[in-house]
Amino acid sequence: MTPALPAAARSGEGARAGPPAAGGARALRDPHLRGLVYQTGLVAAVALIGWYLLSNAAQNLAARAIASGFGFLGREAGFAIGETTLFSYAAADSYLRALGIGLANTFRVAAIGIVAATLLGTLVGLGRLSRNWIIARLASIYVEVIRNVPLLVQLFFWYAMISVNFPGPRDAFKLLPGVFLSNRGIVFPFPQAHPAYNWLPAALVTGAALAWLACRWAARRQARTGAQFPVMSTAIVLLFGVPLFAVLAAGAPLRLEYPVLGGFNFSGGAVLTPEFAALLAGLVMYTAAFIAEIVRAGVISVDRGQVEAAYALGLRRRHAMRLVILPQALRVVVPPLTSQYLNLTKNSSLAVAIGYPDLVSVANTTINQTGQAIEGIAIIMLVYLTVSLSISAFMNAYNRRVALKGGARA
Amino acid sequence: MSARADVNPMGNPTGNPMLRRGRGALAWLRRNLFSSATNTLLTLAALYALWKVVPPLLDWAFVEAVWDAPGGRACREAQGACWAFIADKHRFILFGTYPFEQHWRPGAAILVFVALYGVSALRSCWRPWLALAWLAGLAMIGLLLWGGAFGLPYVEDERWGGLVLTLVLATFGIAFAFPLSILLALGRTSALPAVRVLCVAYIELIRGVPLISVLFMASVMMPLFLPEGLMIDKLLRAQVALILFAAAYLAEAVRGGLQAIPRGQYEAAEALGLSYWKMTTLVILPQALKIAIAPLVNTFIGLFKDTSLVVVIGLFDLLSTVKTALNEPAWSGHGVEAYLFASFVYFVFCNAMSRFSQRLERDLAHGQRAQAPQAGRAG
Repeated sequence: MTPALPAAARSGEGARAGPPAAGGARALRDPHLRGLVYQTGLVAAVALIGWYLLSNAAQNLAARAIASGFGFLGREAGFAIGETTLFSYAAADSYLRALGIGLANTFRVAAIGIVAATLLGTLVGLGRLSRNWIIARLASIYVEVIRNVPLLVQLFFWYAMISVNFPGPRDAFKLLPGVFLSNRGIVFPFPQAHPAYNWLPAALVTGAALAWLACRWAARRQARTGAQFPVMSTAIVLLFGVPLFAVLAAGAPLRLEYPVLGGFNFSGGAVLTPEFAALLAGLVMYTAAFIAEIVRAGVISVDRGQVEAAYALGLRRRHAMRLVILPQALRVVVPPLTSQYLNLTKNSSLAVAIGYPDLVSVANTTINQTGQAIEGIAIIMLVYLTVSLSISAFMNAYNRRVALKGGARA
Repeated sequence: MSARADVNPMGNPTGNPMLRRGRGALAWLRRNLFSSATNTLLTLAALYALWKVVPPLLDWAFVEAVWDAPGGRACREAQGACWAFIADKHRFILFGTYPFEQHWRPGAAILVFVALYGVSALRSCWRPWLALAWLAGLAMIGLLLWGGAFGLPYVEDERWGGLVLTLVLATFGIAFAFPLSILLALGRTSALPAVRVLCVAYIELIRGVPLISVLFMASVMMPLFLPEGLMIDKLLRAQVALILFAAAYLAEAVRGGLQAIPRGQYEAAEALGLSYWKMTTLVILPQALKIAIAPLVNTFIGLFKDTSLVVVIGLFDLLSTVKTALNEPAWSGHGVEAYLFASFVYFVFCNAMSRFSQRLERDLAHGQRAQAPQAGRAG
């Protein structure tokens, strides 16, 4: 069978290419030239289809008298947005500002969600590896159930749970002093507003920069002299201490504002709306199930001999974990973890289904009001593409840092 | 094998070596629940949490639950779950707005779907006739749902809904996205730069945006891009969006398989003088797809779950019918029960797929391990 194939293949191709001219037969068999012809054909076909669709769109838009372009962004939006943390927004503001608020809301839920999902996912992943039979069983039941139910169903479930089954503010569940769970969401104590908090972002950046410098200095010193330095605790103190000190020095009150029940709802403190709480709960629990599997795979991937060797060298459990096990596990964990973070960010767009005003939800309202469907969807896609590409660029850079460096040194 | 005896299924050593020995329930308990102080504490904490959560949950779901409540009155007074809602609305949830007296047709279609899945899961049935069985099965489903022949009255697809619509979207989605994804994956690994660039751009573009934006594009933007007068109905537009979306993810799974094929296989095929398509279909793909089965099935599960997103563009899939049934004042406020039921249905299908993929992966791994020494001996 095998020897017959080449002839068949060649004759088949000759037939497909049509009757060749006298010198053309050889040219048709030249793979380079043939590749060129295929590619030109493909590019031409794609361009032609693209041109056809675009010309249709232009015609249709002209027929419906919809002006294309992004001029509508400057017009008055005229709709209210339920959650406007961080930035102020009123219905009289422009569409551009409304979309900006939506984007900020997307980032808010994605940032909190990524941190929480990583913590929960790591716990569950380690739980599945636990020597304790009950813990391992519970963790694997969690993973199996959560992974096999669509996220949107889970979001609806949590939203129904919070907005219908939770009691009203008057008989709210009291979780901790000042933390209440009711069908209006979750309220909790929060520092009183004060101008001193305007310094917080700058102080955070300074603290992070100082922590980074301290880590670098400690690593250099250890490389030079072998003396160790408590890097971890220093970095934590710098990261949190600098902002705290800055805010206190600027005269922020050291008091938390507690939510108080008045009339039909709580006032004071900070609130997580039912929409936000449902979205966050759904995203965190769903993504954590996937992260748990990644963490489990990462831990299993570290050879037992590595752990035993670390103990044999006299490293303490803590040091063995930080210096031997984690760096190797992270190498396996980071790439799939990155795609889970991206998934969480993209999945936050399901907010539109339960009424949390994220970017997609605001853009959807904008499209409905202005009829600028192409521009609205282009904005959504562009923003998510930018976020996806930058998160993956950042994580790739990190991945390069933790990747095996043996080849370069040897 | 003896080395595995003192290692629990998770691959961890089981603590104190004195406890590893022994059989019977007591030894098992000591080994798995009370091997150390921390372990004992964890066990007690977990047992306490279970004791606090499970009995009230069982109480709610079974003991206090209402199974039959005409008009939903009994549910409003009861303390437990209102399963009467599901009992009352199950026809609507399963079949949507399909004409009531014709409900046996989508019911039969669901059975055909399940039969097709079942046959495809048996490896002994992986023969060329399976493709024919699929063609025949899908044609039969189309006939059952649309009708218009053999005395079945015609039902336009706007009225399809419920579980059967979910199965239609998922199955046709997989059936069309899979071949497309193979082409995309081949394009991405192609030696021709223009083909490669186009495929990479498509895959990365789709994977970089949420499915919801692709669905919006299909429902809002696609009509603008078609010539005037040509209208494609909503179901088909959503189906196309799901296919285009799933193809990009499946393509990455196929590419994983392609990359696992050693260079020698390509070189050997080229040395035999095979053309590109002969090499691909006879040598490369059969091996690559076998390697890619597990990630492919995972992507299938993802697509099955993703079909639930069509609720945001107003199609009546399973989740959408559940949500709509809740709008009735008599039953509003039973969202938790309703979504638990929807979760259960999705879970049954997804869990079956995931079990199947795990078993298949194990079988194929055994197959490879068993074959390797043979190949060595032959060489």
